[in-house]
Amino acid sequence: MVPPVFGLCLRLVLLAVLALLLASLSDYALAATPIPQAVHDALDAMGPQASHIASLWNVFLAACAAVFLAILAVLLYVLWRTPRADGGDVPDLSSLREAEPGPQRHVTRAVVVSVLALFALVVASVFTDRALARLSLADAVNIEVTAHQWWWTAKYVNGGPSDSFTTANEIHVPVGRPVVVNLHADDVIHSLWVPSLAGKKDLIPGRSTVMQFRADHPGIYRGQCAEFCGYQHALMGLLVIAEPPAQFETWVQGQRQSATEPTDAKALRGKAVFESSSCAMCHAIQGSLASAQHAPDLTHVASRQTLAAGTLPNTPQDLSAWISNPQLHKPGTNMPATPLSKDDLEAIVAYLGGLK
Amino acid sequence: MKPLIVFVVASAMLLAGCEREARRFDTPANNQTASEQAQRASPLQPGASQGGPVRDAFRDKSPYDGNAYAVNQGKQLFRWYNCNGCHSNGGGGIGPPLMDAQWKYGSEPAQIFQTIMQGRPEGMPSFGGHIPEDQVWQIVAYVRSMSGQLRKDVAPSRSDTIYAGPPENARMRLVPQPQTPDQPTPQGAR
Repeated sequence: MVPPVFGLCLRLVLLAVLALLLASLSDYALAATPIPQAVHDALDAMGPQASHIASLWNVFLAACAAVFLAILAVLLYVLWRTPRADGGDVPDLSSLREAEPGPQRHVTRAVVVSVLALFALVVASVFTDRALARLSLADAVNIEVTAHQWWWTAKYVNGGPSDSFTTANEIHVPVGRPVVVNLHADDVIHSLWVPSLAGKKDLIPGRSTVMQFRADHPGIYRGQCAEFCGYQHALMGLLVIAEPPAQFETWVQGQRQSATEPTDAKALRGKAVFESSSCAMCHAIQGSLASAQHAPDLTHVASRQTLAAGTLPNTPQDLSAWISNPQLHKPGTNMPATPLSKDDLEAIVAYLGGLK
Repeated sequence: MKPLIVFVVASAMLLAGCEREARRFDTPANNQTASEQAQRASPLQPGASQGGPVRDAFRDKSPYDGNAYAVNQGKQLFRWYNCNGCHSNGGGGIGPPLMDAQWKYGSEPAQIFQTIMQGRPEGMPSFGGHIPEDQVWQIVAYVRSMSGQLRKDVAPSRSDTIYAGPPENARMRLVPQPQTPDQPTPQGAR
């Protein structure tokens, strides 16, 4: 017969092993993404919003751990103190007939302590919410993010309409300046979560929601759709690239330009194929005949780090593989495979590869 | 005996349900016939124009007539490719209505395929080479659901946008009347 204390300890050890296994699994999953160095960690806060949330998490963790340990200690004490019963003993049911004032007092005390502890956590949560709402929004960068199955549109709307530009699946933000993101959804409910910068926010069709954050350190941060939105929910990533303000301005100026006009014959052929085949039915390249809005804007696609919302790294080989069979890399994506000759495919890859 | 019948009927319904929602994630084969004989019937093409003829339809029916998922994809593409820009939600506007029984260029699936691929005079652009053929078949299946030609469990039951009319799966099945070009156009129809 195994003593109950031993069984309990065994279960705790098993739980700890399971938690470690899950943690290493998530590391393994992140290492398989195209940009494994992108920071994706709610406890590794890189801005004020994420650090408020991380502090609240630490308070909850400490409070819940203290309660858990206290309950375990009481449980172990009770197990140690109670005399063992034999198999043939008649159960003691005396408490069903008469009141037990002692245990009743214990229960009352425990209820009061629990209510007070929970109330303290509510207060901590309210203060965190206030701190999140008090982010200074002076001189903010305004971005409209629209979620689609399964990618993101980002439209920078600072300045007038002629200064706004559209990109996809990758946003750049200046370090130290607040960012206000207006969130929309095109089809179903999505949720945007960049753990190192801010909390989750849902994107709901027909509604507009707002997310505010600030990045205090330059770096690449990984975001992810955090609300199940269909078959390729897992492959719906977003990169946030925080860079010094001067570098950010250079990037903005570059994004406002139309696409680079190709010069060599191969890329020129690529442009012609792009405009006259099914690519132009969904994609837009500013400065070309392609102007549809149902797929990522490719005006500066070569300046981005990933393809298909964080599915593949942006290399010519991966681009070629993606165009020739998208369903192989992201089954269910709305991009169809386009039948292209080898020369046409190479020409399109050359053209898109030149769109810095 | 009774549980056995219930089991058989339930299994049959489940299997039919799978078929109805089947999605294909492979690359569908393009039109199998190598013949590119159909001439484009419209100078209009989306994006940059392609020269040369388009392919003939190589089958009589859309492979997606019984597939609810593909018909809904067709409905999405109908909006994405701006078919609704002229045909509205089937009620017509700049282009003829698609939810009625008057079909100027034929209402058979292969004829609708040809109309989309070749284009038609007076404004219907030629989409051959611009829309992948597999997607054209999805659109063909959806367009037929507008006048109730598809099974009710396959036709779409809701729209992504605001639409006041009955959904496709609640429409009466009309019997489309093909018009031959030498017939006079009825009043009010184009």
